[in-house]
Amino acid sequence: MENIEYTAKDYKIGQPRWCPGCGDHAFLASLHKAMAELGVPPHEIAVISGIGCSSRLPYYMNTYGMHTIHGRAAAIATGVKIANQNLTIWQISGDGDGLAIGGNHFIHAVRRNIDLNMVLLNNKIYGLTKGQYSPTSERGFVSKSSPYGTIEDPFHPAELCFGARGRFFARCVAVDASGCVEVLTSAAKYKGASVVEVLQNCIIFNNGTYDLVATAQGRTKNAIYLEHGKPMLFGENKEFGLMQEGFGLKVVKLGENGITEKDILVHDAHCEDNTLQLKLASMEGPDFPIALGVIRSVEAPTYNESVYSQIEDVKGKKHYSNFNELLLTNDTWEVK
Amino acid sequence: MSENTKIKTLDQVVVRFSGDSGDGMQLAGNIFSTISATVGNGISTFPDYPADIRAPQGTLTGVSGFQVHIGTNKVLTPGDKCDVLVAMNPAALKTQYKFCTPSTVIIIDSDSFKENDLKKALFTTLDPFEELGIKNEAVSAPIAEICKEALKDSGLDFKSIIRCKNMFALGLVCWLFDRKLSLAEDMIRMKFAKKQEIADANIKVLNAGYDYGHNTHASTTTRYRIESTGIKEKGLYMDIDGNKATSYGFIAAAEKAGLKLYLGSYPITPATDVLHELSKHKSLGVVTVQAEDEIAGCASAVGAAFAGALAVTSTSGPGVCLKSEAMNLAVMTELPLVVLNVQRGGPSTGMPTKSEQTDLLQALYGRNGESPMPVIAAASPTDCFDAAFSAAKIALEHMTPVVLLTDGFIANGSAAWKLPDISKYPSIKPPYVTSDMEGKWTPFKRNEETGVRYWALPGTKGFMHRIGGLEKSNETGVISTEPENHDLMTRLRQAKVDKIANSIPLQEVEGDPDADLLVVGWGGTYGHLSDAVGQMNKNGKKVALAHFKYINPLPKNTETLLRKYKRIVVAEQNLGQLAAYLRIKIEGIHFYQFNQVKGQPFVTSELVSAFTKIMEE
Repeated sequence: MENIEYTAKDYKIGQPRWCPGCGDHAFLASLHKAMAELGVPPHEIAVISGIGCSSRLPYYMNTYGMHTIHGRAAAIATGVKIANQNLTIWQISGDGDGLAIGGNHFIHAVRRNIDLNMVLLNNKIYGLTKGQYSPTSERGFVSKSSPYGTIEDPFHPAELCFGARGRFFARCVAVDASGCVEVLTSAAKYKGASVVEVLQNCIIFNNGTYDLVATAQGRTKNAIYLEHGKPMLFGENKEFGLMQEGFGLKVVKLGENGITEKDILVHDAHCEDNTLQLKLASMEGPDFPIALGVIRSVEAPTYNESVYSQIEDVKGKKHYSNFNELLLTNDTWEVK
Repeated sequence: MSENTKIKTLDQVVVRFSGDSGDGMQLAGNIFSTISATVGNGISTFPDYPADIRAPQGTLTGVSGFQVHIGTNKVLTPGDKCDVLVAMNPAALKTQYKFCTPSTVIIIDSDSFKENDLKKALFTTLDPFEELGIKNEAVSAPIAEICKEALKDSGLDFKSIIRCKNMFALGLVCWLFDRKLSLAEDMIRMKFAKKQEIADANIKVLNAGYDYGHNTHASTTTRYRIESTGIKEKGLYMDIDGNKATSYGFIAAAEKAGLKLYLGSYPITPATDVLHELSKHKSLGVVTVQAEDEIAGCASAVGAAFAGALAVTSTSGPGVCLKSEAMNLAVMTELPLVVLNVQRGGPSTGMPTKSEQTDLLQALYGRNGESPMPVIAAASPTDCFDAAFSAAKIALEHMTPVVLLTDGFIANGSAAWKLPDISKYPSIKPPYVTSDMEGKWTPFKRNEETGVRYWALPGTKGFMHRIGGLEKSNETGVISTEPENHDLMTRLRQAKVDKIANSIPLQEVEGDPDADLLVVGWGGTYGHLSDAVGQMNKNGKKVALAHFKYINPLPKNTETLLRKYKRIVVAEQNLGQLAAYLRIKIEGIHFYQFNQVKGQPFVTSELVSAFTKIMEE
């Protein structure tokens, strides 16, 4: 194999046409960087998206790509991966594409643990159709299709992922380049369905929805970067931490009530039991920090590998390996 | 053999096995048809399942039938009426009597015709024959009692013993038609290979049935023999149903093309057996994915096509409704895909276990936008193989989704099939990009002659590209809403499909070359139409049949051919969908119509009288 060092530019093509200030721009730049860091040749990558603002993304990737139909990205990506598992697949969906019209494909791709990098760009709004609430919009959210506020509760992507027995879940903020690159490279390296929720602002129809974590300073205060094996500390001087209390979590300040770093929970992304990981993923401001980074990453057999290992297994057991031999496995008679 | 039982030699005979859906009539029918095929008879079968999964025992809705038509020569249909009816209970007698003629021999299990059984089948008297006005010759055997007696030392429980009743009926039918039991015994041994005691019990009862016929000469005056002097081509044969033949067609096409076969599917009657069949053949590298829904079945197949597989999705009408959007993605991205629709009664859930031809216009026009898609329809169980092979070849070589229409009747029906010599089938050569195109290629550069774009598979260096559901520029392949470009692309997609007419055979006509009436048909009705036309020809009627397999595009000679005939009748199992299509394609021809939408196969005699009437008009 050729030993080529790739740069972000090698994965770039076209001129994005998202609104100025849209979180998609920042995310796209991070994805280019992550790909360069991973070093997979562009022709061995396929980027598959559905419909929505963010689903335009494949047009800006100098890789193989398909901009498909509304909601079906995960299903189409599944077919691509099974037909050629040497390809690295990035599946790009928004909250409507991935969790509303495509909700069924999302949960089943996750359940099967097929090796896809499933990026969910969550801006809690329908942008392309100009401002309707989405399945991640909070109850009461006022939009063009909910002028008096929505009367339904939102999905939390992490809950859905865990409910579908997801083995990998990570979260980043679109404008946080290093956080995105870190999470995207981890997702790509993980073998299986890796769900990445990207918190992303829609400057036109839902501006300010992630204000708490929109700036580096905000993230220091209102977010916690989780790292496997590291204590769960956050704050400007890492003065806050997380501890377990009863069935829940609580935020504590180091030094108060005799609490030291030893009392702080240490993150275990590889823990099979997802109870605490779900609690972390479910934390909301302002009382709790929003969890960022790789929240869960548990090894499990992938669907695509199982497809081929089963084929190999059966090949070893059956005595026919081509069409003519198949014909002769039937009851036949001869007309002379 | 008894002195007073004579053996009558017949050209053909129809046997209908019927009973409760748990009575094993399908198995008895299957074995009888296979052993008949083995001795060289022509066969055609028709399983007629109840719609209920397991209706209450003995009730009218729970009756399951299996009709076998065997003949000296090639047999094209399962037959209109039966010569022998096996009715394992009163409900079967009541519902299946309509398939009898006055000379049909009826075999019943007298142990299942007790007061309680008659009540379940809504008889009001204790004499069902009298009540239905049946005067046919009947063989009434106490089948359950004989089974119990025969298996009293077998160690089997009562339930397992009673399950062997179907083999008694089979044995009796074998005696009636002078069939050797050894062939049936072999099949039973194979079927119950892992359950020795069950195989033994079934064989014992099979022999009891045969002996019962022999010893009592079964109260019938005649036994029959179907000679097997057939004109069949020499070679190896097997019995195959349409769904299996379709599956085999895809496997053969994938091997010819040197591609992986990918099936994305979701279980649906009557197409599920294709998923079952293909799932077995992992040793051939076949990949089957039972998707989360019909949509994903098709969408994942589009993905597999993008990545370079022979991609297939299988379903029935309601599933096609769900797949339409993803099918259109394959139209727009110009990717090869075969969509198999095993048609059933509709609309909506309709009649899942019954067959009709009502999805033709859906296949041709049932999508948004100008969405041309080739449509191929298989004519018989064995033709499903060639039709599937052909659908795959067209999809791969012309870079287009193709609809393959079969129906429940030919999908479940079976016939003797000469094993194909695959080396004689045409090669399949998809239009892959070549390395000299690097740098100059764009996704919608086309072969000038065929209008087909070139296929660049992900993983190929130097051909990275993006395609999708949005309209693209003909030149660059980037998104375009330019009015002139869209008009051009719409026409290019249409022209590409139209040009497939150059690669398909011309339409042939069978029957009287100087016919006064041309019968036009398509798909699974071939057997009945061919039979009807053949019978009319024998009686001196000048009739011919043009049976269409390639519907979009139509064969190039279609118009010239049709204009030669004074009268044309289009016979189909819908309200006139092919007739409507032909009227769009060819102006100024009057098409008579023969339409039936009963969920049942055509009846040859009804076709003959309808066509005769048109000729006499």
